[in-house]
Amino acid sequence: MQRTRCPNKPRRILLVGNPNVGKSALFSRLTGTYITTSNYPGTTVEFTRGLLRMGGEQVEVIDVPGIYALEPTSKAEEVAVQMLEQGDVVINVVDATNLERNLGLTLELLEKRKPLVVALNMWDDARHRGITIDVAMLEELLCVPVVPTVAVTGEGVRELVDRLGDARAPEVVFSSSEGRWAKVGEIVGQVQSLSHRHHTLGEAVGDISSHPVWGFMLAAVVLAAAFGGIRLVGEGIIKYISDPFFEMVWMPLLMKLSPLLGGAGMWHDIIVGRLINGGIDFMQSMGLLSTGLYIEFGVVIPYIVAFYFVLGLLEDIGYLPRLAVLMDTLLHRLGLHGYAIIPTILGLGCNVPAIMATRILESRRERFIAATLISIGVPCAALQAMVMGLVGREGIRYVALVYASLFVSWVVIGLILNRAVKGFSPELLVEIPPYRFPPWRVIGQKLWFRVFIFIKEALPIVLAAVLLVNLLYLFGVFDFIAGVAAPVVSGVLGLPRESVVALAVGFLRKDVAVGMLAPLTLTAKQLVVASTVLAMLFPCVATFVILLRELGLKDMLKATGVMLAAALVVGGLQNLLLPD
Amino acid sequence: MGEVVSERLVLPLSKMGAGQSGTVVEIVGGHGLVRRLEALGIRPGKKVSKVSSMLFRGPVMVRVDNVQVAIGFGMASRVMVEVHAAD
Repeated sequence: MQRTRCPNKPRRILLVGNPNVGKSALFSRLTGTYITTSNYPGTTVEFTRGLLRMGGEQVEVIDVPGIYALEPTSKAEEVAVQMLEQGDVVINVVDATNLERNLGLTLELLEKRKPLVVALNMWDDARHRGITIDVAMLEELLCVPVVPTVAVTGEGVRELVDRLGDARAPEVVFSSSEGRWAKVGEIVGQVQSLSHRHHTLGEAVGDISSHPVWGFMLAAVVLAAAFGGIRLVGEGIIKYISDPFFEMVWMPLLMKLSPLLGGAGMWHDIIVGRLINGGIDFMQSMGLLSTGLYIEFGVVIPYIVAFYFVLGLLEDIGYLPRLAVLMDTLLHRLGLHGYAIIPTILGLGCNVPAIMATRILESRRERFIAATLISIGVPCAALQAMVMGLVGREGIRYVALVYASLFVSWVVIGLILNRAVKGFSPELLVEIPPYRFPPWRVIGQKLWFRVFIFIKEALPIVLAAVLLVNLLYLFGVFDFIAGVAAPVVSGVLGLPRESVVALAVGFLRKDVAVGMLAPLTLTAKQLVVASTVLAMLFPCVATFVILLRELGLKDMLKATGVMLAAALVVGGLQNLLLPD
Repeated sequence: MGEVVSERLVLPLSKMGAGQSGTVVEIVGGHGLVRRLEALGIRPGKKVSKVSSMLFRGPVMVRVDNVQVAIGFGMASRVMVEVHAAD
């Protein structure tokens, strides 16, 4: 077989393949940078880049979102196809357990005349399933290097890098897609042989999860377990790690610092916070080093860790696409299809990546509806953690009331948007990947990556919000805002005028805003109303920016209008209907 | 239900029973639909087996090769399958 060297060293390598073939895992093996790898399509919505060391030189590697064909059907796929133009070598990651379907894309890529190397990934899995592939023959038929790999363990990755220089762009043209699939069939017939195998345990459970009755039972159990697990882990971290630290280590330090700053006054209050009964109250003092750090590390991070741990498990095991199938009928009524459940669930962690993930939906209409519903009805983990802490003190039934109100609003607003927004919704079409239990190392890395990103993004804004609250108090701005908004807030929502300040701060950070409700001694009912309105009224500033970027100014303003109206209506109804 | 043409039973995927299998004979739809389905391995000539379907015209789950695919009800009713006789 003839082999020509690549004339130039590659400067940019693209990883291209179907969703869920281990592209992201291979990316992390190649570059050493860890980026999330998940068992469902659409994780790599924003492409990720890293550097690969190749013969003493650094080469850029880009992980392209998963695509089935070069004819895009969603915004994520569109991005992927555009990115193809920018690379000079393509590593086509192919799932060895599903050669036929994957080769369809391989042949399309060959037609693009980009130098190509094929990574025959999940090689170990193929062996277990009794699939044998003649690699040498496949290489000969495709006229490009083919390297078997196991991205999760790193097997074959070194050889893949060694063969990058052999990447070739043979001349291939097909007259039609029938012609291409005929060629695929011919190739598979020559290189692949199958031996009989039995259904695995994973497949049996897979069948239950999509059963029209048992599937819902299983979903109820899984979601209840997920919710319970999040609470258990979150409260566990608070009780055994963060609270002891803040009470026993941090508090004494702050109490030493307090007299050094004079015990009172503007700077003291900004940095340490106001002393309450001669001591620091982490929820109420509103200093940068007291409330600022406590909200972030004492309340929110424990829940963020818990949430992303449980989400990571559900993702990597492969449960979420199954949930998408179950939710499809309901979501159709809301103008979406089942797959929209994935961004929605991401939103329970943070609305920002959730709204970005709406790109996996096909139409602009769906993205508008999904993004609006997420920013109204899906509370982020930071907000939930604070609601759990503050409203939970009054009894778990009040927390449940907040969740129930949000869920009902999410459904009702969806029903309305489905009628009000022009167009129709495409249908669900999704691959249900086999269950896989990922290595704990992968789960741990992914958790660390997500928590780290959260701290990096959220901490500066939390501190800025606390600082701003102090300054606005000092300059009397809040009195002004409170004066203007008080008639609505107390008239419609039944909240004291001081809570206006908290609602306004919700624009910066929801968690800080809930914290500001703490000193107001609200009744349980008022806490429910305030928490619900905070969740619905405005997305935080970071979400606003993302909404603007993803939807454009006009649709962002429309979404904001829906939010304002919905928050007032729902808060007003709660105020009217709930007993005092 | 379906049309029987000289011992052949052709049904849309949406009307097949859970556990039945057959061969795709035609996809009744535009170019876009055909391309999206074939990208997931569903195209004329392929053997598919129906795993289950959700109630209230919910999605249909099928197995093709080694993969399970969920297809919205409307789409599934455009995939015509020649049902294999149960053996």
